[in-house]
Amino acid sequence: MSIHNQRQVYGQTLVELGRKNNNIVVLEADLGKSTMSCLFQQEFPERYFEMGIAEANMVSFAAGLSLTGKTAFVNSFAVFASGRTYDQIRQGVCIGKLNVKIIGSSAGLSDFGDGATHQSIEDIAIMRAIPNMTVIVPCDGIETKKAVMAIADYNGPVYMRLCRNDLEDIYPEELDFEIGKPRILRDGTDAAVFAMGTMVSEGLKAADRLEREGISARVINVSTIKPLDEDYIIELVKGMKCVVTAEEHSCIGGLAAAITYALRKYPVPIEAVAVEDCFGQSAESHKELLEHYGLNAANIIQKIESVLL
Amino acid sequence: MDCTLDCTIEDLKKKAKAIRLNIVKMVGPEVAGHFGGSCSIADIVTALYFYKMKHRPDNPGWEERDRLILSKGHAAIVQYAALAMCGYFPMEELWNLKKLGSILQGHPDMMKTPGIEANTGSLGQGLSMACGIAAGARLDKKDYKVYCVIGDGELAEGQIWEAAMAASYYKLDNLIGILDCNKIQATGFITERFDTNPLNEKWMSFGWDVTEIDGHDIKQIIDALEQAGKADGKPKMIIAHTVKGKGIPFAENTAAFHNGMMSREQYEMACRYLTD
Repeated sequence: MSIHNQRQVYGQTLVELGRKNNNIVVLEADLGKSTMSCLFQQEFPERYFEMGIAEANMVSFAAGLSLTGKTAFVNSFAVFASGRTYDQIRQGVCIGKLNVKIIGSSAGLSDFGDGATHQSIEDIAIMRAIPNMTVIVPCDGIETKKAVMAIADYNGPVYMRLCRNDLEDIYPEELDFEIGKPRILRDGTDAAVFAMGTMVSEGLKAADRLEREGISARVINVSTIKPLDEDYIIELVKGMKCVVTAEEHSCIGGLAAAITYALRKYPVPIEAVAVEDCFGQSAESHKELLEHYGLNAANIIQKIESVLL
Repeated sequence: MDCTLDCTIEDLKKKAKAIRLNIVKMVGPEVAGHFGGSCSIADIVTALYFYKMKHRPDNPGWEERDRLILSKGHAAIVQYAALAMCGYFPMEELWNLKKLGSILQGHPDMMKTPGIEANTGSLGQGLSMACGIAAGARLDKKDYKVYCVIGDGELAEGQIWEAAMAASYYKLDNLIGILDCNKIQATGFITERFDTNPLNEKWMSFGWDVTEIDGHDIKQIIDALEQAGKADGKPKMIIAHTVKGKGIPFAENTAAFHNGMMSREQYEMACRYLTD
């Protein structure tokens, strides 16, 4: 099993895109060595805009660049990219459906050491609520590359969040990426696990263990949280006795909310693995935080068993 | 322009008066409208659309056009009047202002109104967008200019100063800011709130080339716009001293008509005054 870092893959993919397309521009708020937008800076300094520690101006500036036909990639930590800039994204980017990509780095609890101020567990909820916004969360390095390519081809606003830490490859290399298309990564018949980002690998682990107990779980990677194909989501749970959502995000407004809404007319028990309504905190590792907040395979199994057994 | 500058100035004065009349008429009596901040920039907007800017009303997306971003988006009605008079859309559209389904929204919407370049209205953001357009023009090696009208009350927004730093850092000399210094914000005099003075020194210290003019003197506006074309590596700020509500006597120099409502009598009076 190979391991990749989404930030590294993202930076390399930006460079590839920059070589093919002169209209790709990249903006950064003094975190380029962390978000890895610095790789683009090295190769295309004239198309790289260091915007200082001033995220609001960065987003509106990117909106202006997109008005001249550029595809603008805006970078910061997810908590700032979605929080400090909410109004600029809503007013300046989304109402006008401008071609601006907001890349939220070090998302979820992945900036484990820096604590609550730097952890983003509301970003999906905030971004999902804005009309015209597309919200994407790739599950590993392989999918990150495919997703970055796809959003560069799409003309409109996108929010994408990336994990700070290394992740095992789980997305099949041969599987293409299509905005709005959930992917079954493992099939099953008793329970459907809708997982996002870092929780996809936990969903797969849970399915492995459940199989030993005679429970067959289908694991679906929901990398596009919005738009969500409601008919397809219903299709995926037909005949299932239980649905569980799993996300490194607040239980409010994220994947659980999206899937529950999609299934509002389809009677099936739904459970959620998510951060309860609370802030994160510092810890010595990402894994330690995920365990603390119950964001793991064990909790997914427990939720499924609580319905089935 | 075929006529002499004097003749042009007289024409522009008439245009500015007609714009003010259209502002009054499109809002109408007993309906609230942003008369104050719209009338304070009527002469500036006139000089931009009818004299300085190169633009093609029959082709709003013409790539070489100069751009105008109205960062103080609440003054949309003055821009709507100018756009209609230029021919971007039929004059009749003005009478549908803010009606359900109208192309003329309460604040500028590029998706709905031909000639509107960006969505503004949340104050403090338009100058940043104008910076981005100016930077895009430079990447594309285009020589069009980007004009951005900001309000003096708007200067309290921190993002304005983020944009001010970005513009001078990136040497955006194709960006021309026009500061509508009408001295009054929604609830009263700016000097009694967050006093944003001294303006000249502030913008200079942020690396901008600064000029101060009477924002109702067409000749001074034209001269300042002509001089602002210099490629000297500095963004330009024209500080235009204006009167809030200018041209409608009872609406002048008062916060009451920032977003105010005219009685029927006031409406008739304003129309008479702007028709004579």
